[in-house]
Amino acid sequence: MIYDALIGPFTEFEFMRRALAAIIALALAGAPIGVFLMLRRMSLVGDAMAHAILPGAAIGFLLSGLNLFAMTAGGLIAGFAVAILAGVVARSTGLKEDASLATFYLASLALGVTIVSIRGTNIDLLHVLFGNILAMDDQTLLVVAFNATVTLLVLAVIYRPLVIESVDPLFLRTVSRAGGPAHLAFLALVVINLVNGFQALGTLLAVGLMILPAGIARFWSRDLTVMICIAVVVAALSGYAGLVLSFQTRVPSGPAIILVATVLYIVSVLFGRVGGIVRQMFPGRHLEA
Amino acid sequence: MAALHFHNVTLGYDRHPAVHHLNGEVASGALVAVIGPNGAGKSTLLRGIVGILKPLDGSIHLGLLDARDIAYLPQSADIDRSFPISVFDFVGTGLWRGTGLFGGIGKAARAKILRAIAAVGLNGFENRPIGTLSGGQMQRVLFARVLLQDARLIVLDEPFNAIDSKTIADLLALVKHWHAEGRTVLAALHDMEMVRTHFTETLILARGPVAWGPTAEVLTPENLMVAMRMCEAFDDSASACAADDVSSRAA
Repeated sequence: MIYDALIGPFTEFEFMRRALAAIIALALAGAPIGVFLMLRRMSLVGDAMAHAILPGAAIGFLLSGLNLFAMTAGGLIAGFAVAILAGVVARSTGLKEDASLATFYLASLALGVTIVSIRGTNIDLLHVLFGNILAMDDQTLLVVAFNATVTLLVLAVIYRPLVIESVDPLFLRTVSRAGGPAHLAFLALVVINLVNGFQALGTLLAVGLMILPAGIARFWSRDLTVMICIAVVVAALSGYAGLVLSFQTRVPSGPAIILVATVLYIVSVLFGRVGGIVRQMFPGRHLEA
Repeated sequence: MAALHFHNVTLGYDRHPAVHHLNGEVASGALVAVIGPNGAGKSTLLRGIVGILKPLDGSIHLGLLDARDIAYLPQSADIDRSFPISVFDFVGTGLWRGTGLFGGIGKAARAKILRAIAAVGLNGFENRPIGTLSGGQMQRVLFARVLLQDARLIVLDEPFNAIDSKTIADLLALVKHWHAEGRTVLAALHDMEMVRTHFTETLILARGPVAWGPTAEVLTPENLMVAMRMCEAFDDSASACAADDVSSRAA
């Protein structure tokens, strides 16, 4: 009975196995990126970027169908174009960077939806906006795995400067020039992982599998390494539970995954060991020292 | 042998000078106090030396030193104290020159980090997140990192602000130890008593240099009065500096 509900779908159907493999790849690469986004106070920047890359990904999508390579390339171009344009406008006019980023990502999102709806069908639009992890073919799965691998390798290379730049940017500037390139590489990884999440969760929710597990991890550990591990496990677990939920009910897979993560988030906010609400209300007697 | 040369250095922000036409040099191994009222350009000068700020005019030469031979302890360090990093790891970043992007932290390096933490009196704090430290403890951590940087030139920007006397005494002992090891130390300071008793050389700065030399000769009431009077002029519609014209015509 329990076997049928929890493991059965995966032994029985190949599309469920593919979806599970994809979600694990997404969790492995996306969750660590999400932890850094959160710690650098860039959670909403990630969200804005997810919208900003839509037109690029949409053009790639229209030119070559659901080909993740084309969509990744298009998304990277659009993402960097928006980031650079927003930076240029902010620097040359005195408008704050977040305000100008907001303008550009909204324009970009509108453009992307327009492109998809003029040239594609409504189903295409739904697909791009909300994804469909259950329709993952072998090629797409390979691309997702490839992007995840690249992400982990690059993250390993830039890990040290990225950490130091997050804590003490001035110090890194005095000892090394790695700060700027590391920051740019990190932004590229954000875009790659957002595009990677397209197929599974769509533009609107792709950032969810990065940010929510990071937020959850923050409630359970004060150590960066542990935080990253927790985030990866939580992301994979939400993915698995979301798939099962979606299989057993009529909830679409993308929202199901994010909803499971949301439930875990609420539990963490309430009962988390580090700064959870219950813990704050009943902290126990104060210590000796 | 000079560690630092200033050639007619003007440093500032948005064309407005904060340090104006400074000339001179710092001998290798000198222990120099930079004093002056708020807004005198002390921090700006140090930022220029470290290379974070490019001179508007003139140049700063580092002699035989590489930019990476400098350890810099900024005033209000832009440190994100909420970032989950332990004292041990944070101090360990001082080894960057040796480890770079990938270099491992081996047994010897770990011992070095522990010794640096012990040297600033923070034994037992290795695993504490930096967010849980007090102001004085954080300053000790920053000194431990400077210690690990093993730099020929050490630049400290008001390192003893808002620090209790016990901590000051401990950290000052480190500064004197660096001096004894032959390192060049520059420190922006406000405490005249400390400058008088511990620093051999003093630069009084009030945008322009007021006096520079052995502390006993420089630190006079007259010089300090002059420094106090030099106003913190910032004029939005200031015209281009005439002294520049003179020197360029001369050249």
